[in-house]
Amino acid sequence: MKKTILMLFLFSASLLFSQDIFFEAVDNPNDDGCAIQLRWDASNISSTKMNIERKDDGGEASLVQKVDKAEGEYMDGEDIKPSIEYVYCFSAWDENDQLIEKVESVVFAKAQWFNSEKISLLILALIITAAILFFIYSAKSGKELYIRKIAGLESIDESVGRATEMGRPILFIPGILDLDDMQTIAGLTILGKVAHKAAEYDAEIIVPVCRSMVLSTAKEVVKEAYLKAGRPDAYNPDSVFYLTDDQFGYVAGVDGIIMREKPAANFLMGAFYAESLILAETGFASGAIQTAGTAMPSQLPFFVVACDYTLIGEELFAASAYLSKEPNQLGSLKGQDLGKALFVILLAIGIVLEISGVHFLKDFLTVY
Amino acid sequence: MKRQIPLLIVIGLGLLFVVHTFVPHKISEDFYEWWQTWSKAISPFMVLLGIMSLFMVHSTKIKRKTANWQYSFVTLGGLLITAFVGFMWGTREGTPYMWLFKNIQMPMSATMFSLLAFYIASAAYKAFRARSVEATVLLLAAVIVMLGQVPLGAQISHWIPDTSKWILNVPNLASKRAITLGVGLGITATSLKILLGIERKYLGGD
Repeated sequence: MKKTILMLFLFSASLLFSQDIFFEAVDNPNDDGCAIQLRWDASNISSTKMNIERKDDGGEASLVQKVDKAEGEYMDGEDIKPSIEYVYCFSAWDENDQLIEKVESVVFAKAQWFNSEKISLLILALIITAAILFFIYSAKSGKELYIRKIAGLESIDESVGRATEMGRPILFIPGILDLDDMQTIAGLTILGKVAHKAAEYDAEIIVPVCRSMVLSTAKEVVKEAYLKAGRPDAYNPDSVFYLTDDQFGYVAGVDGIIMREKPAANFLMGAFYAESLILAETGFASGAIQTAGTAMPSQLPFFVVACDYTLIGEELFAASAYLSKEPNQLGSLKGQDLGKALFVILLAIGIVLEISGVHFLKDFLTVY
Repeated sequence: MKRQIPLLIVIGLGLLFVVHTFVPHKISEDFYEWWQTWSKAISPFMVLLGIMSLFMVHSTKIKRKTANWQYSFVTLGGLLITAFVGFMWGTREGTPYMWLFKNIQMPMSATMFSLLAFYIASAAYKAFRARSVEATVLLLAAVIVMLGQVPLGAQISHWIPDTSKWILNVPNLASKRAITLGVGLGITATSLKILLGIERKYLGGD
């Protein structure tokens, strides 16, 4: 009996070690179950032709990939459906077209309910969300929150007042991107405040836009601001209008408005690209008091140079809370600050760990 | 109801997209694709809205004969002619639409873009006037970076392109990343406020 077992063991071991090709097909993790990962290592054999085939339900084999490297991997994402059994065959031939070896691997593709590679993103998002909610709750319960002064936002009254005194219009540009960009939304919240002030002071406001969706939203925001200021009669529906979707066509239109109407105050709040300096310099040349705000780091230097006040990055998003002074809005600003502190701590720890050769934190925080 | 329904749509869809970020399942992917198709279907209606606004503003200018009303004819004429030739002969190579695009639209866009060169010069003059220590540092850094980008810099000394690279990759990148982190947090906080219904100004509300 013992001899038989020993023989069987030796036979199995010889079979195992006789397999010169390593080949495996595994489910691609963290996806919708529509991809299979194939890995192979045929460096132990000398083969002139290798390929990978996939057998369907009826046993019919179709070519997946011709292999030209002895070792490698391939992602098969063609016609893969979740929870179906797939059989992959790796075949290798010699120079006489004789089959050297054929290895099979069976796999099921699984649709995942959670992308585990994004766990760090989820944890950080939850921490920041919890911090923001906590500070909103604290502010609502009456706790005093200190918010530093933002000169660009403090200047709104001054700019609108100047335009009123000079009898010239106010120009508001909500960026060149559509409503799906958060900077445009932040710009529109500031537009509400500027329009409210303009209505109070009886100043004219001009809002040229380059996206149709922004047009309808900006119209609604300005109309509502006039209504709240108790001046619905002063609202001019033509004050918010569409120019063009074309980037430089829009710039030409706005520059023309600046040179013809000579607005006393220009607000450039939102997402800007190459047109930022053209707009800001034209406004500077016309002698307008200019306030700009964007989250585009590459455009910020242009605004800093050509405008009187600039909202840098996050200040644009803080505007809504800063201007409204509502506790639940201010709470969100404090939450952001806590998030920043968390990032500083993580960065400091990360630098120390990376210098020490420990890559755990970097790997954990990397989202593919 | 005028406010509540849009708010509910925003909150509901916003939460679904947050879930989609973390759920790779087919149901989630199918929902996202379905939504993309619908958002594409909305676009033509939005274009119509823009064209209507353009027509209304410029026809009012022509009717009231406000200042520079003659230019409104150029705008409306350009819009109508471009749309007409596009619908009549298509937008492929060799069509009148493409001729208009290449010979009118492109040169005009290029003209506007080329203005940037002059504006950069005037902005640089304003930024680099050595009025303070900070402005002087900025001026020096800019001279090194600009020289580092052209062959002349390397001919003067290899030290110039090396320093230029260091300025761009270390202090410049660090400040850019700091801004990006702040922006990321700002976007997160604003998104959260929208999802919780705290931020409603974009709907014309409080």
